[in-house]
Amino acid sequence: MLCEKCHERPATVHYTQIVNGHQTKMHLCEICAGQGQAGGFGFMPQINLHNILASFLSQAPPAHPFAAAVQQQTSCPTCGTTENSFAQKGLLGCGDCYRHFGDRLEPLMRRVHGSSNHAGKVPERTGGQAKLARKIKDMKEQMQQAVAREEFERAAQLRDEIRQLEQQLAGGDNNGY
Amino acid sequence: MGIKETVNNARSGWMLGGGPDGDILISSRIRVARNLKGYAFPHLLDNEKAGQVIHAVQLAMENQAVKSRAGNLEMIRMSELTPVERQILVEKHLISPNLLEGHEKKAVALRDDEVISIMINEEDHLRVQCLLPGLQLEKAWELVNQVDDGLEHTLDYAFSEKFGYLTACPTNTGTGMRASVMMHLPGLVLVDQVGAVLTTVSKLGFTVRGLYGEGTEALGNLFQLSNQVTMGHAEEDIITSLNSVTGQVLAQEREARKALLQQRRDQLEDKVGRSYGILKHAHMISSEEAMRRLSDVRLGVDLQLITGPAPAQLTELMVMTRPAYLAKQRNSDLNPLERDILRAQTIRNKLNQGG
Repeated sequence: MLCEKCHERPATVHYTQIVNGHQTKMHLCEICAGQGQAGGFGFMPQINLHNILASFLSQAPPAHPFAAAVQQQTSCPTCGTTENSFAQKGLLGCGDCYRHFGDRLEPLMRRVHGSSNHAGKVPERTGGQAKLARKIKDMKEQMQQAVAREEFERAAQLRDEIRQLEQQLAGGDNNGY
Repeated sequence: MGIKETVNNARSGWMLGGGPDGDILISSRIRVARNLKGYAFPHLLDNEKAGQVIHAVQLAMENQAVKSRAGNLEMIRMSELTPVERQILVEKHLISPNLLEGHEKKAVALRDDEVISIMINEEDHLRVQCLLPGLQLEKAWELVNQVDDGLEHTLDYAFSEKFGYLTACPTNTGTGMRASVMMHLPGLVLVDQVGAVLTTVSKLGFTVRGLYGEGTEALGNLFQLSNQVTMGHAEEDIITSLNSVTGQVLAQEREARKALLQQRRDQLEDKVGRSYGILKHAHMISSEEAMRRLSDVRLGVDLQLITGPAPAQLTELMVMTRPAYLAKQRNSDLNPLERDILRAQTIRNKLNQGG
């Protein structure tokens, strides 16, 4: 067996550490073991990201009382991922999970990222609706700025373009989830 | 050059050095996570479906849309590489350790200068990465963005208007982008301030890690700084704030070096000289000691305390003296003693030939 720390020398020192009933075993070579003793065994408590994520998901207040009852029981219809398997791995199963667990993922996203709304890049070819929406938002900001600078002609022009884009957006079928 | 040869060459584009602030900033990296619509995420795929994903990406890469933007990318399945070759890719930072598990479902694509690499079926279907020397986050993003556009020309991504790019782990959802810089911070370590600086940085939404990703300690005084949040901000904004935080750490490191030169020059020269002497003459050396000594020598070169090897050579040695790379040189498994001897020999050859 090789030392767990340097993966180079054979492990000759075997530690068992018990903290709050949780047992950790370490197999180290003499050199790494020596270093470990100097610096409080040299390892940090392992915090499991998956468990934290899963606990966020289960703490998340359901958006709708019925939704909670239904969703806790069901699994993602596309890939079969359940809240339990998410808790085990910390991983969702497929893109559709985001739709299926959407209400419950939203608070999770806010906790992890401080936001639950994407503000970045949109796919060039398939982004369709999202791209249009983003463009409208940008143009509205430009319009505000134009008004602030008292460039009313420019603002009016932007307003007309925005109207056109908004009609386009309303006309398109909404497949953008 | 074939991908097998690329793998076996110690030098990667990012190691050539010379990038902006290259004395402290070793490399800049941007990676984005993408998934294909209509497929479960990799951890749920069986071999057949995983193979379909690899095939789809292969086809997309051969499309002119990718070639014109990113050049030629060559793909190889992980199962076609030997365990040692796979480990070398990790040591060169071209793939993550995660790609080694369940390798029959996974593949990697590389551009021959290794600036662009794509991991297939890691935690997500695609992880597109760009690695450049020095502080060049914008340039790295530009390249990744182009490859991404090229791939999306023929691939349908899992994307939601609300949540953005959908990823297996919710900590990557949104932009799916992780931007990181690898910094050499011996000055801050020596004045015992690295903890304080990095704690402050982590309060600003950035993560600090050791050299080889999650849960590794800072070997050779190398620290990796990356964004934690991937949703709610545009890619460019994340890069701008990482740039400014990096600039702050950089300034602190320069201050620390200046203070060391003014107040502890003798001790510093002694430390650097000793490490250089050991590297030039030791008969056997552990990986940990080699990294530490190489870091000292690099600092000495940066501060012009010695006229030693070029920084790029030192970066290269940091990879050449990792276990898998050494095993490759000998073409056999080495026991720890043989490895320490070969490591010392590799370093001696490199440093003594350089003068």
